[in-house]
Amino acid sequence: MGETMGIRTWIESWPVYRQITGDDRSGRAAAAKSPHSRNLRARTATADRVVKSVCPFCAVGCGQNIYVRDDEVIQIEGDPDSPISRGRLCPKGAATLQLTTGPSRRHTVLYRPPHGRDWQELDLDTAMEMVADRVVRTRRETWQHEYDGLRVARTMGIASLGGAALDNEENYLIKKLMTALGVVQVENQARVCHSSTVAGLGTSFGRGGATTFMQDQQNSDCIVIEGSNYAEAHPVGFQWVMEAKARGAVVIHVDPRFSRTSALADLHVPIRAGTDIAFLGGIINHVISDEKYFRDYLLAFTNAASIVNEDFRDTEDLDGLFSGFSEEERVYDTHTWRYEGVDVAAAAGNRDQRYEERVKDAPSSRRSGRPEQQGAGGVAIGGDPREDPTLTHPRCVFQILKRHYARYTPETVEEVCGIPRDMFLRVCGHLTENSGRDRTSTFCYAVGWTQHTVGAQYIRAASILQLLLGNIGRPGGGIQALRGHASIQGSSDIPTLYNLLPGYIPMPHAREEQTLDDFIAVGAARKGFWSYMKAYTVSLLKSWWGDEATPENDFCFDYLPRLTGSHSAYDIVMEQMRGQCKGYFLMGENPAVGSANARVQRLGMANLDWLVVRDFSLVESATWWKDGPEIDSGELRTEDIGTEVFFFPAASHTEKSGTFTNTNRTLQWHDRAVPPRGDARSDLWFMYHLGRIIRERLAGSTDPADRPIQALTWDYPLDEEGEPSADAVLSEINGHDAEGRHLSTSTQLRDDGSTACGCWIYCGVYTDGVNQAARRRPASEQDWIASEWAWTWPANRHILYNRASADPDGNPWSPRKALVWWDAERARWTGHDVPDFQVGKAPDYRPPEGAKSVDALSGTDAFIMQSDGKGWLYAPAGLNDGPMPTHYEPQDTPFRNLLYSRQRNPARLTYPGENNRYHPDPETAGADVFPYVVTTYRLTEHFTAGGMSRWTPYLSELQPEFFCEVSPELAAERGLSHGGWATVVTARNAIEARVLITDRMAPLRIHGRTAHQIGLPYHWGDNGYSVGDAGNELSSIVLDANVHIQETKALTADIRPGRRPRGAARTELVRTYRQRAGITDKTGMEV
Amino acid sequence: MAIDEQPADPTAAGPGGGPPRMGFFTDTSVCIGCKACEVACKEWNMIPEDGLDFTGMSFDNSGGLGADTWRHVAFIEQRAPLGFQETGVGRPEREPVDLGMPSFERPGDSTGADERGDFRWLMSSDVCKHCTSAACLDVCPTGSLFRTEYGTVVVQEDICNGCGYCVPACPYGVIDQRKGDGRAWKCTLCYDRLGDGLEPACSKACPTDSIQFGDLDELRQRADERLGTLHEAGVSSARLYGEDPDDGVDGTGAFFLLLDEPEVYGLPPDPVVTTRDLPSMWTYAGAAALTLLAGVGAAFFGRRR
Repeated sequence: MGETMGIRTWIESWPVYRQITGDDRSGRAAAAKSPHSRNLRARTATADRVVKSVCPFCAVGCGQNIYVRDDEVIQIEGDPDSPISRGRLCPKGAATLQLTTGPSRRHTVLYRPPHGRDWQELDLDTAMEMVADRVVRTRRETWQHEYDGLRVARTMGIASLGGAALDNEENYLIKKLMTALGVVQVENQARVCHSSTVAGLGTSFGRGGATTFMQDQQNSDCIVIEGSNYAEAHPVGFQWVMEAKARGAVVIHVDPRFSRTSALADLHVPIRAGTDIAFLGGIINHVISDEKYFRDYLLAFTNAASIVNEDFRDTEDLDGLFSGFSEEERVYDTHTWRYEGVDVAAAAGNRDQRYEERVKDAPSSRRSGRPEQQGAGGVAIGGDPREDPTLTHPRCVFQILKRHYARYTPETVEEVCGIPRDMFLRVCGHLTENSGRDRTSTFCYAVGWTQHTVGAQYIRAASILQLLLGNIGRPGGGIQALRGHASIQGSSDIPTLYNLLPGYIPMPHAREEQTLDDFIAVGAARKGFWSYMKAYTVSLLKSWWGDEATPENDFCFDYLPRLTGSHSAYDIVMEQMRGQCKGYFLMGENPAVGSANARVQRLGMANLDWLVVRDFSLVESATWWKDGPEIDSGELRTEDIGTEVFFFPAASHTEKSGTFTNTNRTLQWHDRAVPPRGDARSDLWFMYHLGRIIRERLAGSTDPADRPIQALTWDYPLDEEGEPSADAVLSEINGHDAEGRHLSTSTQLRDDGSTACGCWIYCGVYTDGVNQAARRRPASEQDWIASEWAWTWPANRHILYNRASADPDGNPWSPRKALVWWDAERARWTGHDVPDFQVGKAPDYRPPEGAKSVDALSGTDAFIMQSDGKGWLYAPAGLNDGPMPTHYEPQDTPFRNLLYSRQRNPARLTYPGENNRYHPDPETAGADVFPYVVTTYRLTEHFTAGGMSRWTPYLSELQPEFFCEVSPELAAERGLSHGGWATVVTARNAIEARVLITDRMAPLRIHGRTAHQIGLPYHWGDNGYSVGDAGNELSSIVLDANVHIQETKALTADIRPGRRPRGAARTELVRTYRQRAGITDKTGMEV
Repeated sequence: MAIDEQPADPTAAGPGGGPPRMGFFTDTSVCIGCKACEVACKEWNMIPEDGLDFTGMSFDNSGGLGADTWRHVAFIEQRAPLGFQETGVGRPEREPVDLGMPSFERPGDSTGADERGDFRWLMSSDVCKHCTSAACLDVCPTGSLFRTEYGTVVVQEDICNGCGYCVPACPYGVIDQRKGDGRAWKCTLCYDRLGDGLEPACSKACPTDSIQFGDLDELRQRADERLGTLHEAGVSSARLYGEDPDDGVDGTGAFFLLLDEPEVYGLPPDPVVTTRDLPSMWTYAGAAALTLLAGVGAAFFGRRR
């Protein structure tokens, strides 16, 4: 019987039999189907489970489904339920299977002893003990109880860099542990990418995050993308631009290069890199002088009518300087910028005195990155400014603004930016025609705006324009800060940043903030939600030090180490060069490629006692001691380098649970799909166990310096593999009341110690004891806002300041642009989004005399985090380099500043040194040695410093080599050949790149001269599968005055055909260039 | 019509009212050149990475379709206008810079009314066309290539013996033999996924919906509408490619909306199924054989008489 069946099956499987007996007479369809084809199944259908996750690359935050079979990830695809990505992924997202399961990942701990020539293997436990030993020892040896006579209680011997690629929970533990150890030098990619966003948007509107979310771009009538290569760097987010375009919106791309974003735009406007303030200032001038502003909106929601102090002097009066500048210290006394009759800081009596002290004695505190505090709350000012609703008073903000920008004419724009007048006016036309009651325009930007010595002011310029046009807080309007790491928004919110505590509470400064009351008095506002700063701070201290934090001991406020100036990522490197900073953690960041002046980054590391690198693969920052460019050039010898190096393999997003905060400010939870293999561990595991071991070591200590670490709340549930519960950490971040119940909103926080909350702006993410960030209600079951998908800060509001979407009376400006409105019958705000306003506060509410805090805001004060409730056209406080954006040339530029005799931002931070030389001033001897403008950028196919893409074959083959983009005209001028090699030289270094000659790079006419620009994608380094020189070898360390972001988007260089010299000849080439240009330590250093 | 008069007809539904013919509509007017399709395809089908090769052809470093590249994004930089797009990087014609580089330009292309001249950057994701009349399938001697119930053309890796007949047969140069393996490989339109009700990996990933998957009839309708919209918007160069059932391959299962002549994208302007003449050749050969036979017969019988 069985045999008969077998024969029968055998006959039936014969294609000819099937051809004769079946329908497929041709024998080329069903009859030809092979056993393999018959048994074919999608491997996703064989998965045991599907785990919800989030893409680990950029900050669009695409949903991913992870398919797992037998504890192996077998496929990763887009999650169609996601309202953000709708199931789509870019090439990087599509390559995450190879990224996470491919052979390029390391799974063992490696150790390089001092002066060692190669790696050794080390077991994980020993390595952890060794690192803990070094932390304890270095901390002890470098402990500063006092600095300059002030109590600081800190160590400058240890630093940590990285966090934007990690989960919020991981950032939280890094910041918590480091702070308790007294480590203030904690930084991450947010410093070098978007810190200026926080200062720019924060001072303008009250919060430092994007004012809108990407899906809202579909409602826009005009989208201006400037300072961003949206389609390439955030491809899946770009679908919302395409959606708007399909609905008839105009898409404008302003960029030095014609990129893949430009290819899809209606209008591409080429601009000289580093001149966007001149361009935006030109539009501001056009809008004001042609009276194209939205007057009703302006009067209701901005500070246009506020009167400014009579001592204020503009750059118009002082030829490029605002009043209050000290030439010696290169800092502004911002005193005269204030509103008339209004203090900078509010509440307590001795504000002014304290303010004066700060100005007189402590330029360092103005250098301590304080403008980034505006990430979640506006600048503290007190009193009510005098207003002139006719906008005619000569000292009202509107008139000051009008005068300030009067000389930013279309002719100026053409001369400075190289943008022809007709094209400029076309942009003005599109913007103004698509703004107003019935139409809205939006701006999208990224690091093309942030990474300048005037970075924060670029963003301010766009903010001013959007306020004038009435586009903030309204559907299809706003400003989208496109962020580039999975959780770079999160690593600012829960900051692994030196100048901030969670929720943008500033790190206390040694000079004026020794007690909690002083700290609150300096920082808090009288009006608006920032007036509750004490409740936020005390709740944070309670969550870190629990029962030990009492009113009697200032809630352990003394356990926080103090700042004495800038301790930013670049200052850390300087401390390393000086030998002060001896131990360094790199947590998924690769500064040897990704930070400005990569060479200095490596030289700093070569001066360390110990270095801990946590990454997927051996990135350049882990191996510079054996194969870095300085080893090749002979400047360093491996055996001379005393740095101990520990390499710890990191777990991937598929191997750990936690939340990423995307560019929409949305916290999305991702579940662990599989455990990490070998020694790979999450950063949560690493930080938790490092803290545990250190606490064990110091348990018996009686040194008061060790009390903060002993008393730290550090008990998280562990699973059987020792992995701490990310869920428990998120719960701590959300906060609890005295009974241990989860809080649901930050307004429940108290300053009496009865509540604990790890990050007040995230309070609500665990409402009702439910992880709201894990919510996954499919987009198809929700409206376009999709408020039940994950959780968005603040309070699940998607479009910020949305009170401004209604007119002063609370009615939508137009039916087409309705978002939230006042429901008079129910006496509450209602609408499509969660109102970003007190729901019961009527539009006609006017604060009674003496009202405080949120009650002091009126029913039309839409910017509830601002201390005057207004959007700031003019920043009377909060920024260190001016109340209004002003065009200055970049540090390195071939052109003179046409607008003022001040060439560069006078308040910029310079770091002159043998390894960080600047280029000569334009039109001086030697200036023509570096005649071309250089700008750096990302490609779709790679990611940041390459750690997640250059090791991934599917991505590497798409962009296999480092290249430079030049115009045919420049190629002809310099004899470059297409596909050949070019050497690009600055005073810092020389690199080589393959040459792409393309029409997409256009020469511009600037000051009557031809300006050539060179494009350099900055992803490459010497390690990995796809290798090449790093663009950041060329850039210098010169920083913005507010948040210390570097200028890597506009510099100058020379370019010549051929490959660069090898060995010592490379250094020699740079030396000859410096000599020809006559560069000294004074070059480029003028105020 | 191809090799015989009763082909595996992709336009007819499978026996017993099987699934409708499925295919791709690739709308290149919304392609952002991100190459998600290339990677998603490779990840799903576990195709080997095929080398680091900087080609200098704009942003295209994959070069073209092959055994290890089943989706390929072409990048074309042209001195030509795209509808009403204004770019600001075009060159005035009077300042030509001849670098002796190969160019897709035709004489007069750079003559813009505007002083700045014109420029456009076209991107297009190419794929196997899954022809109605598929020569690869016609010539396959082993039955490795077959027509699926979705009307797509798939190579069966357990049957293919690497003879390579299909390679020259393809009028588009799509199918190719893998080095070191010898067998022929190409897009399967994710046959395995279709069986589980999933869409192909490339169209699922595509961030801007440039690659659309679906019932071919519906896709054709959608394409016609899109073409109309683009023409109205002044993009007069927009055209459909491969959607015509009367073309040389009787229409394709994967068709395109292009913004220029197909040659510009490296596509044959008038593809013809290479086996088109086989039936008539067989007829002639048969007739010749019969004639020969008749002659032999005539000679034979003639001698007997």
